[in-house]
Amino acid sequence: MAAYLKLFLSFLKIGAFSFGGGYAMLPLIEQEIVYINQWLTPSEFIDIIAISQMSPGPIAVNAATFVGYKYLGVLGSIVATFGVVCCSFFLVTILAKVIIKHYKSFVVSGIFSGIRPGVIGLIAAACVSLFKSSIVDIKGFIIGVIVLFMLQRTKLHPIAIIFISGALGIAMYSI
Amino acid sequence: MLKKYFKLFWIFFRVGAFTFGGGYAMVPIIQKEIVEKENLIETKEFLDIIAVSQSLPGPIAVNATIFTGFKLYGILGAIFGLIGTVLPSLLVIIVLAIFYNQIKDIKAIQLFFQGVRPAIVALIFMSAIKLGKAIDKSSFNYLMMGLAFIAIIAIKIHPILVVLACATCGLLYSRREREKDGGVS
Repeated sequence: MAAYLKLFLSFLKIGAFSFGGGYAMLPLIEQEIVYINQWLTPSEFIDIIAISQMSPGPIAVNAATFVGYKYLGVLGSIVATFGVVCCSFFLVTILAKVIIKHYKSFVVSGIFSGIRPGVIGLIAAACVSLFKSSIVDIKGFIIGVIVLFMLQRTKLHPIAIIFISGALGIAMYSI
Repeated sequence: MLKKYFKLFWIFFRVGAFTFGGGYAMVPIIQKEIVEKENLIETKEFLDIIAVSQSLPGPIAVNATIFTGFKLYGILGAIFGLIGTVLPSLLVIIVLAIFYNQIKDIKAIQLFFQGVRPAIVALIFMSAIKLGKAIDKSSFNYLMMGLAFIAIIAIKIHPILVVLACATCGLLYSRREREKDGGVS
């Protein structure tokens, strides 16, 4: 029981103190898992990154599930996942409630009138940094261009695009 | 009655199942499902949800799911959406954790993801363009967009600070606009 509680608290902390999502969460996870609790060795931690790239879903959730499973089995993975989303759940619902209630007010609408264009800038910036880390060779660039073309010309669902690009990856990189 | 919750669960199950790469990778899929296909929320509201998700701790996809679920159907909506988002991770990771040593050397899987990664960049890029079309073409909006982009890329300011700065600018600008109109609202 104590072990489950420790696992839960550890991932609660990860969920509560990592901002920005994605790989921004990795250093904190590494700190908790590898150095403080020693649930995984540094090389097992590298496996998490590889596994996260193969698995869908948020990286922090993937890490929680993986560590929880390795340490305490299926129940452990559920406990760790619950821990990592717990804080989000409370904070987001509280803030959502406030925002929805005051959506038409001068202050909230003023705030969002500045944030909305800013977020588009943030997404564009994320795109640039992803470009640098994800498109590392000419084949990758070609796949990116093909996908852009498909998105412009067709109404394909992003899920279909993911499968097509995966197939393209297998086809192009096996040559 | 329960049907809408399961529908929400199923939508976010797909979001969770096909979001590779974390962070903003979920934007194109949620956008397609919630905004374009089902018309459950407007594009502007979707931008607000992303902003809030980015500014609070925790994974962006998880925050966005909770917000969207809560906005649509209250606490139960948030719970169903959240379970939908994390369940695929849970299932896939457990399978991978069991078979990782057998799987990690299969070349085709690695190549598949080598192809998926550039596609995610293109998907997010198109999302940004679509989102950009949804807001007014005012010089204030272009300025905020450009400054946020430069702040992240060139100056490497933390995204939360950028969101806070944009919020402040938005508030000050609307106050000035209101005073210029001379009216009390």
